[in-house]
Amino acid sequence: MSRLGELLDKGDELIITGEAPVIDGGTLKDYEAKLAELAPWCDAMNATDNTAAHAHASNVAMAIAMQRVGVEPILQVVCRDKNRIAQQADIMGVALHGVENICCLTGDDVTAGDEPEARRVFDLDGPQLVRLANSLKEGRYLSGRKIDPAPSLVIGAVENPATHPLDYRAQRAAKKILAGARFLQLQICYHPERLEAFVAALHANGFTDKCAILPTVVAVKGPGPLRFMDSSVPGISVPVETIARVADADDSAEEAYQLVLEQCQHALALPGVRGLHLTDFRKDGSISRLCADLGIRPRSERESRANDFALAN
Amino acid sequence: MKIIAAIEHVIKKPIWDCQMCGQCVLHDTGMTCPMTCPKTLRNGPCGGVREDGHCEVKPEMRCVWVKAEDRSRNMPLLPTVWREHFNNLRPPVDNRLKGDSSWKNAISGRDKETPPGWTPVAEAPEAEAKA
Repeated sequence: MSRLGELLDKGDELIITGEAPVIDGGTLKDYEAKLAELAPWCDAMNATDNTAAHAHASNVAMAIAMQRVGVEPILQVVCRDKNRIAQQADIMGVALHGVENICCLTGDDVTAGDEPEARRVFDLDGPQLVRLANSLKEGRYLSGRKIDPAPSLVIGAVENPATHPLDYRAQRAAKKILAGARFLQLQICYHPERLEAFVAALHANGFTDKCAILPTVVAVKGPGPLRFMDSSVPGISVPVETIARVADADDSAEEAYQLVLEQCQHALALPGVRGLHLTDFRKDGSISRLCADLGIRPRSERESRANDFALAN
Repeated sequence: MKIIAAIEHVIKKPIWDCQMCGQCVLHDTGMTCPMTCPKTLRNGPCGGVREDGHCEVKPEMRCVWVKAEDRSRNMPLLPTVWREHFNNLRPPVDNRLKGDSSWKNAISGRDKETPPGWTPVAEAPEAEAKA
């Protein structure tokens, strides 16, 4: 079973996932170098599926590439570009290569990307895709055709705790959990009170026992990416005071780092949160500093300590 | 049978902007047609809703699901059972039914047929799971 799957089964240890950089040309060796900063800290990393509706090397190719350089992948599958037949083929295809972690998303619309004239698909929606992956895991295609042996899948999804309708977001997350999601990577949230309310609602109803909640934190270097996310990324709003805090500081890069650190600390302190999903926009070694400040050890150390613990018991 | 579809279209198009999916779920979604969502999402809003509650794809339009959620809770005279269905996991659309009369398919039960590999979830999400 994948490391992520084992951690989910254990139910108590910290889980760190990361957003792998997209691939636009280059070799496997180049890609390995790009992964080098974030990968050592992550239990698994997302092989993204044409992020923000921009074409890149495919999710499937990326997952296999990650597997080959020793990084555990999470295959992201979005509903924008492919119909249900192709989505099943992709999940079964990576399973052949030993990829087990699947993260199901509705996906940004084509208009969010650089080819807004493209046809959008959305044959399924995010919750339906979770249920479809669950069918594959149980050994059958959507048609009912048998899969023997059934692929061993670890199914997850995403949810945005920060956007409207705010009161409904936890219920939508619950719908995905009931459909079979065992981990939820949350969209980056710049409204701490919204994240708190979202996680508290899931926790109060026992959903955090069934599913690992992993809030996203984006390591930014200054006010630029904050302004960009606020204006251009669907579903993300960054309060003006948060942008001003970073923009007006004497040392914007350091202030941005402190903001990121606070976001991580805040998220990890919420009852029901199992870990973090990290995205690195800084690419300046800050992830090591961040993990050190949070007391998070590299994956290899966490792995071996967990083994020691298992042997001792 | 085409005449039934034509009558349905004439009535439902002006009121709900009916897209004639042939498997109507209006009653479960706060009398708001999910097929008018640019992504045709049948299980709630995507994560791209704008801070003002408007659509990611059409900024001038209020998100279909923001509207649906609001109406499902607050619309007067909506039967309780319909409100309770709001959170159900609706199965994938059967694209063969497009253009067909959903009234006809509701009476025959055709609109309830799902692919053989699809399993409904055992329990509906708790209504209390909201903040």
